Amino acid sequence: MFELLGIPPQALFGQLLLGLINGSFYALLSLGLAVIFGMLNIINFAHGAQYMMGAFTAFFLLQFGIGYWPALIIAPIIVGITGIVIERLFLQRLYQLDHLYGLLLTFGLALIIQGLFRHQYGSSGLPYSMPAQLSGGHNLGFMFLPNYRGWVVVLSLIVCFGTWFVIEKTKLGAYLRAATENPTLVRAFGINVPRMITLTYGFGVGLAALAGVMAAPIYAVNPLMGADLIIVVFAVVVIGGMGSIMGAIVTGFGLGVIEGLTKVFFPEASNTVIFVIMAIVLLLRPAGLFGRAN
Amino acid sequence: MKRLSTIAFVAALAAGPAYAQFSDGVVKIGVMNDMAGTYADLAGPGSVIAARMAVEDFGAEKKGMKVEIVSADHQNKPDVGSNVVRTWFDVDKVDVVVDVPTSSVALAVNEIAREKNKVFLISGAASSDLTGAKCSPNSVHWTYDTWSLANGTGNAIVKTGGDTWFFLTADYAFGHALERDTAAVVEKNGGKVVGRVRHPFPATDFSSFLLQAQASKAKIIGLANAGADTTNAIKQAAEFGVVAGGQNLAGLLVFLTDVHGLGLKTAQGLIFTEAWYWDMNDANRAFAKKFAAANKGIHPSMVHAGVYSSVIHYLKALEALKSDADGTKVVAQMKKMPTDDKLFGKGSIRQDGRKLHPMYLFEVKKPSESKYPWDYYKVRATIPADQAFRPMSEGKCPLVKG
Amino acid sequence: MAQITEQADIRPLNGFGLWSEQIAFMALVAFLIVAPTFIYPVLLMKALCFALFACAFNLLIGYVGLLSFGHALFFGWSAYACAHAAKVWGFPPELAILTGTATAAVLGLVAGSIAIRRQGIYFAMITLALAQMMFFFALQAPFTGGEDGIQAVPRGVLFGLFDLSDQMTIYVFVVVLFLACFLLIYRIIYSPFGEVLKAIRENEQRAISLGYKTDRYKLMAFVLSATLAGVAGSTKALVFQLASLTDVHWTMSGEVVLMTLLGGLGTVFGPAVGAFIIVAMQNYLAGFGQWVTIIQGAIFVVCVLLFRRGIVGVIAHALRIRL
Repeated sequence: MFELLGIPPQALFGQLLLGLINGSFYALLSLGLAVIFGMLNIINFAHGAQYMMGAFTAFFLLQFGIGYWPALIIAPIIVGITGIVIERLFLQRLYQLDHLYGLLLTFGLALIIQGLFRHQYGSSGLPYSMPAQLSGGHNLGFMFLPNYRGWVVVLSLIVCFGTWFVIEKTKLGAYLRAATENPTLVRAFGINVPRMITLTYGFGVGLAALAGVMAAPIYAVNPLMGADLIIVVFAVVVIGGMGSIMGAIVTGFGLGVIEGLTKVFFPEASNTVIFVIMAIVLLLRPAGLFGRAN
Repeated sequence: MKRLSTIAFVAALAAGPAYAQFSDGVVKIGVMNDMAGTYADLAGPGSVIAARMAVEDFGAEKKGMKVEIVSADHQNKPDVGSNVVRTWFDVDKVDVVVDVPTSSVALAVNEIAREKNKVFLISGAASSDLTGAKCSPNSVHWTYDTWSLANGTGNAIVKTGGDTWFFLTADYAFGHALERDTAAVVEKNGGKVVGRVRHPFPATDFSSFLLQAQASKAKIIGLANAGADTTNAIKQAAEFGVVAGGQNLAGLLVFLTDVHGLGLKTAQGLIFTEAWYWDMNDANRAFAKKFAAANKGIHPSMVHAGVYSSVIHYLKALEALKSDADGTKVVAQMKKMPTDDKLFGKGSIRQDGRKLHPMYLFEVKKPSESKYPWDYYKVRATIPADQAFRPMSEGKCPLVKG
Repeated sequence: MAQITEQADIRPLNGFGLWSEQIAFMALVAFLIVAPTFIYPVLLMKALCFALFACAFNLLIGYVGLLSFGHALFFGWSAYACAHAAKVWGFPPELAILTGTATAAVLGLVAGSIAIRRQGIYFAMITLALAQMMFFFALQAPFTGGEDGIQAVPRGVLFGLFDLSDQMTIYVFVVVLFLACFLLIYRIIYSPFGEVLKAIRENEQRAISLGYKTDRYKLMAFVLSATLAGVAGSTKALVFQLASLTDVHWTMSGEVVLMTLLGGLGTVFGPAVGAFIIVAMQNYLAGFGQWVTIIQGAIFVVCVLLFRRGIVGVIAHALRIRL
């Protein structure tokens, strides 16, 4: 029974799958960060808070009788709109300044948002029940897979590759990429670049909120649910490098799996493994795995 | 005595016996706990309400005793807590600190209360070190401790057939202590620990650890963690069909408010130990009704009851001593007098500062068994006061002689 | 960060700086002498520890233009090392502080050599991630006491002469230590070394083309900043007789950024002013719970949008003096 380093291979499959599930969240969040960074050159420190807002919005919607499925679409739109407001009110004024100011501003916003939610809802967490259609699970032989977790992987894969497709393979994506390289030129083609930037921020924030809605049924809806997560996602971003959309997706899933394996072989290190990998990658390849050197 | 105004003095005389010995004329009670974090529901503002009810029920005003209550949030951080308590003692003339969940903060306050010779009544904190190696002549540990939880839960479960255990342990000092204490009880009763996994603290995702617990085929999965970690683990265990697969969960530190947050559907069947439950007798129910009305409907946890009971006993000791100046003397007086209040009944405080009373093993009801709001527990067993807590000889408390 | 540090850079006329700085320094000393009569000394000492921490941090952001989001790493770990040395090894306070400071220096060297491989926001994210990693180590390592921290740290007897358990004695000690480090930072800023740092901040490529090994300078500045943060952390551990997880958590890194930003990036006195304001606010508004966090966030937003020079920077700019 004990074959591979004391872990039966069936259990290993299970753990790999679980790693992939966690990786889904990393991938969605780092994808959002990458999209925002690509267009606005801002590291969105409020991303964790916006992820939390997504979960809370789903919770609020439930109070009005709007369930999980509509929330999956409505919550990202609502949170995305708050993102658009933030971009219009604050971020817009910072584009001509050093990028660090964007980081500081969004950090401040994260503190405000998290503080307000904690003030209002405490931090013990609110319950959000699983949609009835996805409760229960399947016995895969090597593990019991709750249906909901399977759904998380599938949905996040669809969203990630959908985003990748839009940005890399469509005309809209081409404008976006061009605007990142040379906004003046794109504007000369009659494209409203500022509006495009605003919408991009809204979209990135919406991705974070979507991850939040997906997290609500499995983790407690908690004002601080994104506070520590965002730091891990930063490390994921550093490892992947901000070079490509695909890079963000692949690193997100990959690191989820690696973290999952650590939980089996050396659980004490499962909190730190991503940071250790980050240090090693930086020493060997400062630009990150998929990054372009400055 | 120093700054007692003449008017207050006369008023006190008129009201009956003169309470002239209270430092600056006022008994100041400081309730410190987690006001907005994980433990805000099980302690939090509710503890302030409980303390206020105790002062009222004691009849401080009628007896001419001027009692003030101040409160503060320690955010579960020892540095914030020790900062607050230092200022309380040095600047605000607080005489007694009550509650203080989170063992790390309680241990810090324990040291400061000893240094400044004040009184510390512990209700929310769990560490049995507070009456062990770290015991202090200025502290009373009122409600429960890790040893009593491990003992109650471990004992009862092994005796009813749960003899193989797998521990899901929060990877920090508190989790380790809980696991160690429980494992000792399990093995003493002939059970076996078949495995353990240390999960990072705090953790949101327990799936990987639950999978390992499932693979161990242990009958009981012991949750050596607290707060959000415990509730998350329980929720995800339900999701992964742990209980449906024939294994049972044993919570080592679960409060009424946790069960409320989880809902009966998820929490049903969970077995754990507590010191007090609101629905056990009429006195408790009356207290709970009044308490809930003042506390947004949240019913009292054992921590709230402990705050109430400890404040009553403290005030009684002051009444007998007619002074609050010397913390050691007050605590000595508290140990000398038998305790008696409407929530915990008759009891006593041991030399090492441990308050003795029975502990109860509860099981969470099925949704179908619950008749009214907050009707959550049924009593599985009562652990008598003399067996509920660690024998003094094993505690290594320096205050205990011979 | 070039935009906010555009004040005229006049070289000091003598070793002790310009008249404006001398007056400000005298005012600071006078304040520290009078303050304990009406402010709780423990609070003052806390503010001084944070002021030193912020000044050390400012050395990096204000003069090299590197935003470290992980300075709690040095602050917190030096506190652990100092507390451990004083409590377990029985070191006297001066050696305990030295142990803490040395620990911070070593950590600064390691973290610095990894982090300076990237600039700008990457640098910020890397320092944040490294600090978070060390936070988890602190949480798990047995000697840190996990979430209990190291408690009941003895303050000891300084040089075998001064008993620091006396409130006023330790206050004087903290004041002297703070002023000494403050002057040291001042010397560093206006030394030839400091001038090279400023050159790197303004235009790293040009500094490289002038033949400076900028990486080496940046690493040196990083280590200095970490070391001085270590002095602050060690002192705090002795004052509060406690080293805990709060000091290594990322919120602490955020707070020091806030203090410096509020006081004025790249000003000599700004970080200290910012630290005093934030510590006072946290203390007097403690009863308002979460509002403290919300206000801190709001200060960040306001500073970034409207107030990038910080308080001291605005005053200095208005009066056309250097502070």
